[in-house]
Amino acid sequence: MSDPEILFGIYCPPHPQPLLSPEASEGYGKLRDAFETCRKRIEESEADLILVYSTTWPSIIGHQIQGHPEPEWVHVDDDFHYLGSMPYKFKMDTEFAEKFRESAESRGLQSRTVAYDGFPIDTGSIVALKLLNPDNRIPACIVSSNMYANRAETIVLGKSARDAIAAQGKKAVVVVVSSLSNRMFTEHIDPAEDRIHSAKDDEWNKKILEFFGDGRLEDLSQLSREIHGQIRVQKVVAYKPAWWMSATMGQNNNYRGEVLAYEALHGSGGAVVVLTPSKGSVGDKEFDEDDVEHYHGDRGVLNTGAL
Amino acid sequence: MAKGEIVLGCLAPHPPHVVYAENPEQNEAFAEGGWETLRWGYNRLARKLKSIDYDAMVIFTPHWQTYIGTHFLGLPKFKSKSVDPVFPNLFRFNYDISVDVELAEKMCEVAGESGIVTKMMRNPDFRIDYGTITSCHMLNPEWDKPLVTISSNRNAHYYSPEVMNEQASALGIACAKAIEESGKKVVLISSHSLSHRHFVTESPLPEDMSREHIYNHSQYVWDMKLVDLMRGGKMKEVIDIMPEFTEQTIAETEAGGLTWMMAAMGYPEYPAEIYGYQSVIGTGNLIAAWDPIEATREIVL
Ligand SMILES: [Fe+2]
Repeated sequence: MSDPEILFGIYCPPHPQPLLSPEASEGYGKLRDAFETCRKRIEESEADLILVYSTTWPSIIGHQIQGHPEPEWVHVDDDFHYLGSMPYKFKMDTEFAEKFRESAESRGLQSRTVAYDGFPIDTGSIVALKLLNPDNRIPACIVSSNMYANRAETIVLGKSARDAIAAQGKKAVVVVVSSLSNRMFTEHIDPAEDRIHSAKDDEWNKKILEFFGDGRLEDLSQLSREIHGQIRVQKVVAYKPAWWMSATMGQNNNYRGEVLAYEALHGSGGAVVVLTPSKGSVGDKEFDEDDVEHYHGDRGVLNTGAL
Repeated sequence: MAKGEIVLGCLAPHPPHVVYAENPEQNEAFAEGGWETLRWGYNRLARKLKSIDYDAMVIFTPHWQTYIGTHFLGLPKFKSKSVDPVFPNLFRFNYDISVDVELAEKMCEVAGESGIVTKMMRNPDFRIDYGTITSCHMLNPEWDKPLVTISSNRNAHYYSPEVMNEQASALGIACAKAIEESGKKVVLISSHSLSHRHFVTESPLPEDMSREHIYNHSQYVWDMKLVDLMRGGKMKEVIDIMPEFTEQTIAETEAGGLTWMMAAMGYPEYPAEIYGYQSVIGTGNLIAAWDPIEATREIVL
């Protein structure tokens, strides 16, 4: 199979402030402007698919892919309900969704499309699609983030996305919705005084953004476990977005990286980054863990361990 | 005004599977049955509730997750459809619920006075989570009582299960005080499973009971340890081992529900009524109730 055509990748935060209250702080406004820049880039590109991986859509039964042609609802965020509602109506590429599911299954993953009226699309996906593709000019696809999935499964999921993009000859923009450090303040704050929760989170975020700026996506993928331990609140087993993004975009460091904005979102680290494939690599990649092509399950660790 | 009181506390797990299996007219999906041990236990507890005089249900749910304080539903009516994000094939429930806003505001106020970060939720487009709906439907299928939903603040994620235990206890004590001051008779509902490791695959027919079993034996042993303590009226001990239980079994108690309810009820030293235990997609689910009145307290199972 020939390589898929991935025009560029976007890493952006899931919080609703850039959509609902960009005027509340200078930082939210800058993030909104960065989303706007990405929107224009997409419009000027020849993209015919926006593929979203959202960390705010957790799944349990394998990997869920949005398969409703026109999901429509009025969404309200669990924490930030007071900022207002988020009405949405999106256009999904259902043929791609089916192909993605098929590709995932052929690599050993459990996967299904979901196509139900009123299915609750998550805050992060809504923020991204409303800001990046406001007129639904380009059909989209959203994939969930499985709660239990770890590195192997996530990398295989990325490779499945790649297979599907190549098989359908799509020109795709890949969007990963995730914060950097994800510790928010546990109190209500004045948005004008928003800042990164701690100096340590800020320093790690800046280190990650240095890598992004240098286009070193695969290096970030290799650092995922370290990032998880250092600056991620342990809600899920691992920090997965860089694994998925790198696997989907080809597992290399050959990108032109642009950090368009980095600001606090209620204490968490919100960055908008664009990675455009380019020639020439930064340094040599160091693979500490095996690459993986096919998912073989959790290998019954718990059951056999008791014998 | 007479003092308000907690007339019953219920541990009411909310796998959407049990509503799915009951085939209520509000749910769009159709099932051939399944999970009878839980459903029949729920049916029996629902009958007991019919014999109790109460004004409102107050439910603490893991599926309204908040990180910035504890939030309370704050509008009198919510009518919409709740679709489970994880099991949308099973649960697409059209609801029409009433909220006791006065009681919610009272709890929010008293919790705030005791130093807990709080917020009233007043957005009319807000969707009620499937945890609230499943537990409330199974306990009161007629939906003829107003409820208050309390969000679960995720202290276990941000700090540790120990901090969760402390904060959920403080919230429970504040809610009990608010209930007393309200003059109302209230049923408390702690909505969650015990052990909480799921299978990540689903059988083609989800209600095929030949496939249903606990995820592993260690989860089962822990769950039974808790059931034994509950039968023995040792709720303080249950709450004391909660951090370890939660970590060992990835239990849904991590959200703080049981701790909240037990603190509100003063850590009962009388036996819990046990209505059923069954696994759902590998998780351990117990239905239990704490009846403060000895004369009506039963040995159910
Ligand atoms: Fe749950």
